[in-house]
Amino acid sequence: MDYLLSEEQVMIRDLCRQVATEKIAPIAAECDKTERFPHEVIKALAQSDLFGIFVPAKYGGMLELPEGQTAGGVLSLCLATEELSRACGGIAVCYAASALGTFPIILFGNEEQKKKYLPDLASGKKIAAFGITEPEAGSDASAIKTTAKKVGNHYVLNGTKHFITNGSEAETYVVIAMTDKAKGARGASAFILEKGMPGFTFGKKEDKMGIRASVTSELIFNDCKVPAENLLSKEGMGFIVTMKTFDMSRPGVAAQALGIGQGALDVAVKYAKERQQFGKSIASFQGIQFMLADMATELEAARALVYAVARMVDAGRTGVSKESAMAKLFASDVAMKVATDAVQILGGYGYMKDYPAEKYMRDAKITQIYEGTNQIQRGIIALQLIKEAGK
Amino acid sequence: MNIIVCVKQVPETTEVRINPETNTLIREGVKAIVNPFDTYAIEEAVRLKEKFGGKVTVISMGPPQADAVLREAISMGADEGILVCDRAFAGSDTWATSYTLASAIRKVGAFDLILCGKQASDGDTAQVGPGISTHLDIPQVTYVKKIEEIKDNQARVERMMEEGFEIIQTSLPALLTVVKEINEPRIPSLKGMMRAKQAKITTWGQKDLDLDPQNIGLCGSPTQVVKIFTPPARVGGQMLTGEPQEIVAKLTELLKSEIH
Repeated sequence: MDYLLSEEQVMIRDLCRQVATEKIAPIAAECDKTERFPHEVIKALAQSDLFGIFVPAKYGGMLELPEGQTAGGVLSLCLATEELSRACGGIAVCYAASALGTFPIILFGNEEQKKKYLPDLASGKKIAAFGITEPEAGSDASAIKTTAKKVGNHYVLNGTKHFITNGSEAETYVVIAMTDKAKGARGASAFILEKGMPGFTFGKKEDKMGIRASVTSELIFNDCKVPAENLLSKEGMGFIVTMKTFDMSRPGVAAQALGIGQGALDVAVKYAKERQQFGKSIASFQGIQFMLADMATELEAARALVYAVARMVDAGRTGVSKESAMAKLFASDVAMKVATDAVQILGGYGYMKDYPAEKYMRDAKITQIYEGTNQIQRGIIALQLIKEAGK
Repeated sequence: MNIIVCVKQVPETTEVRINPETNTLIREGVKAIVNPFDTYAIEEAVRLKEKFGGKVTVISMGPPQADAVLREAISMGADEGILVCDRAFAGSDTWATSYTLASAIRKVGAFDLILCGKQASDGDTAQVGPGISTHLDIPQVTYVKKIEEIKDNQARVERMMEEGFEIIQTSLPALLTVVKEINEPRIPSLKGMMRAKQAKITTWGQKDLDLDPQNIGLCGSPTQVVKIFTPPARVGGQMLTGEPQEIVAKLTELLKSEIH
């Protein structure tokens, strides 16, 4: 389908396709098997300027924004993430998670913070991570236990974040901690942390079902001293920072799901054409044909939704939580279904690790879980529907 | 350091099909790309520029659409592209091509190094690079796998041979043809692609260059292509089975009957 992309967007897509084919595809299986972080791919993405496509040109990125708009580039980010995910969802998330850690600074950083942190993130010299999840605070952000206490011109952080993508590999972190526990979610604040700050260390590295090229670890704060000027926005804004960041980044997760789904479909079509049974290719059987047709159609519908939402965000529309949630929910459910069907089409081979289908299925699963489970997404959508009906 | 890189646009497939009636390449439906060996020359030139400063000028001789390979080189970091293009150049063999390119290089002006891929993936002659150096009367080193050092107007390079390698020291300016072992060409950058899109490609035709009309195009090409054909596919051999002594007996019988 023709999505009427701009010349620059086509360039981004084609460039990422080249990175995916030449740099990611040859190492995807090995990185998955050995849980190896793909430093060489990060370097290639940086050299190709791809960390800059969602960072405003004013701060070293490549994004030209209309007057009065602070953020954008979401469709470009989606196109990039989709193409990279088509080759490996795990490697792609190392890239996309850096965007997730960069968005809060773009959206809420003051001039000094933006000038200090964004150029190195835009060039890919450093990558970023976002830390909100804790062992007992996943979907319920108000249950966060990490505290930040102001002492002189510092905040002192104590607590542990877990399941943090790019944890230990990133240099720049945006972390949510409670400055006023009594206020619940309204007592959360966002801070910019740097690797190496005193009292900031990394804990357990998770052994995951999928996206195994990406690193997921604990962030441990033990009387971690963070300069007061590293507070993002104001005290108590942590939850708003998180929600607005997710509005920008959810289309990216949706795009990751699209890429994984597309990659699985590509594998299924190729295999169906090659595999001979009963004297002909299994692609000639209607049972397989109908499956492939449904997979392609559902993916295209998801793509149309994701791109439309990304365009809304890029146009500066506010109040996109419902649409952003819809894109993430739909695309990830489609990706899971398509990847499962791809395994089915490959039959016994689909279940074996020598063939790529099972990896797509493992990688697809996480997109239904992170950045808000799909049940949370449905909650966001329903809440907004009810709110709109009450007007 | 001023470097000139010569590049050629070639059809993407390695299995070039030939029209048996006209003896020409079938180009329809085949994507045109930068000759893969030339991408290593571009990469090496850009790396040298990054190390020593200077300018990388890319030159291609070909039809107007060969402008695309120059833009691709610019997206990888080259500074300028020159397309040598004229109907009068059509039908040039390697001699006429190297003569014409040498003339274009003279017009570019002072340079330290010319880099070429070791050969083109379509013609496979490996003659144009050496031809240019001969026309320009400068030293040439072919099959370079490593540039070890560039200092005091000298270059020391490693040359890959079938049996081992040679280390060669040459004065500059010189022409080097490179093999794929020399580097790993980079993927273009987005900024480079945008610069390439907007870049102005200079086009030089016959009137822009100092050329003897007798030496260009088809009439300046001593090579006469009598026939181009796809060699017939090798037919399967005959398998002899049985005990060694039996096989030997069968084989000698067969050989004898072949001779007679």
